[in-house]
Amino acid sequence: MLVEIKNLRIGFESRTGLTEAVRGVSLTLGTEKLGIVGESGSGKSLTARALMKLLPKQARIAADTLAFDGIDILTADERRMRQIRGRRAGFILQDPKYSLNPVKTIGSQVAEAWRTHKGGSRREAMEAAIALLEQVKIRDPRAVATSYPHEVSGGMGQRVMIAMMLAPDPELLIADEPTSALDATVQAEILRLIEELVSERGMGLLLISHDLPLVSHFCDRVAVMYAGRVMEELKASELLSARHPYTKGLIDCMPSLSHPRARLPVLTRDPEWLA
Amino acid sequence: MTIEVDNLRIRFGTREVVKGVSFRVEGGESFGIVGESGSGKSTVLRAMAGLNQQWDGRIAFSGRMVEGRREPAFFRTVQMVFQDPYGSLHPRQTIDRILSELPLVHGMDGIDRRIAKVLSDVALPQSARFRYPHQLSGGQRQRVAIARALIANPQVLLLDEPTSALDVSVQAEILNLLSDLRAERRLTYVMVSHNLSVIAHLCGRVGVMINGEMVEQVSAEDLRLGRVHHPHTLELRSLSVELEEPV
Repeated sequence: MLVEIKNLRIGFESRTGLTEAVRGVSLTLGTEKLGIVGESGSGKSLTARALMKLLPKQARIAADTLAFDGIDILTADERRMRQIRGRRAGFILQDPKYSLNPVKTIGSQVAEAWRTHKGGSRREAMEAAIALLEQVKIRDPRAVATSYPHEVSGGMGQRVMIAMMLAPDPELLIADEPTSALDATVQAEILRLIEELVSERGMGLLLISHDLPLVSHFCDRVAVMYAGRVMEELKASELLSARHPYTKGLIDCMPSLSHPRARLPVLTRDPEWLA
Repeated sequence: MTIEVDNLRIRFGTREVVKGVSFRVEGGESFGIVGESGSGKSTVLRAMAGLNQQWDGRIAFSGRMVEGRREPAFFRTVQMVFQDPYGSLHPRQTIDRILSELPLVHGMDGIDRRIAKVLSDVALPQSARFRYPHQLSGGQRQRVAIARALIANPQVLLLDEPTSALDVSVQAEILNLLSDLRAERRLTYVMVSHNLSVIAHLCGRVGVMINGEMVEQVSAEDLRLGRVHHPHTLELRSLSVELEEPV
């Protein structure tokens, strides 16, 4: 197993006591595509960040097992984590505008990522960067390599981020809302690209999103989170036969182009889901 | 209130971002503008709201043409709701203060009564009145933003992506609220969104924008049935249909 999470709990200490944001999440991931879906505050991003040990300082974290390829994350030191982050597990965030360095060319940033992990000369790194940009289907990789982040579109920026993440040939790709800042047409392209690259390279994918139907198109399995718990885990193809009322409610309350309704059903939250 | 927009052109510097957009919205109707980022859809809305004063063409509400700069009375009939309820409410003002701003500016009476009424209209508890925005959830904040727009009893609401910053469950509540309010108060809506299903849910007619041009206007019904012609409309529609259904 690439990722093994058993009974993960993350809490935040405050003046008024401990607030638990993740309350006993268990997940496993092999060479497959797993989607984590939930609303804001459900703990989906925290779960992914905990796996890379990228939580804020005040977070209290506990788990029976939290392992990446057999390495215990809870006890791993910073040095050990740096060998995992970026190199063995890539992390793609929501908005490329904030993830790219605005004062360096795109080529030099991708080259830097490649060189940090693989070594080699500057020229080699730049050639590798251009090859990577080509792999993420940028039409004119040489021109893009010499441009700055503000000169490219959001979709292109996200492709660049993906290229950077691919540089060290990671085994796992974590994508946290990779397309929420993008237009619908671009969104589909980027997700298709991620899916293709993941399948081609035999990587594991952890796709975090708030959009349940969307995720089901690009993942094998979907875990639905609510208030720090996994409510239900199911095959993406079986989404329509979901059993949990929360999952059903989430699917049902979206307006649909093909099935119009005068009023949208509103999700009634059962206090029992919090138990 | 009828809204007419005729050959609207807007340029920023030398770049023309809205290239002759025309449409007409009947009183009590709900018109949607859909398009991707940079298509100029929000720019059209902002010009209608009087937030952008540099434009050419003709904008008329109830047959009366408006200038770039508007009379105060204009803002009692036309109000706007913005996308991000986190950014559009003053963080250091209570909901009471936020809601009393417009009645104070316009010298209206019975502010206290108006606020109590509008809070119940948008289904917020009266206890929300003396809270600060950060003490409310995203959906509650968007209700405050809608309440602020409604407090002057306007006839037109301009909605700029009113639900795209919200979770889908909250989006459903806000969309229901908006359709109830329109029916109760006979409001006219112009809504901008990038989400075709949201637009088709709330609006009877939809204009599709790309690169500053409105390339097609269709009824929501035709959109659903796929009776559309422009390739961009077709693309947006097929993506929406394909991705909204689970596998």
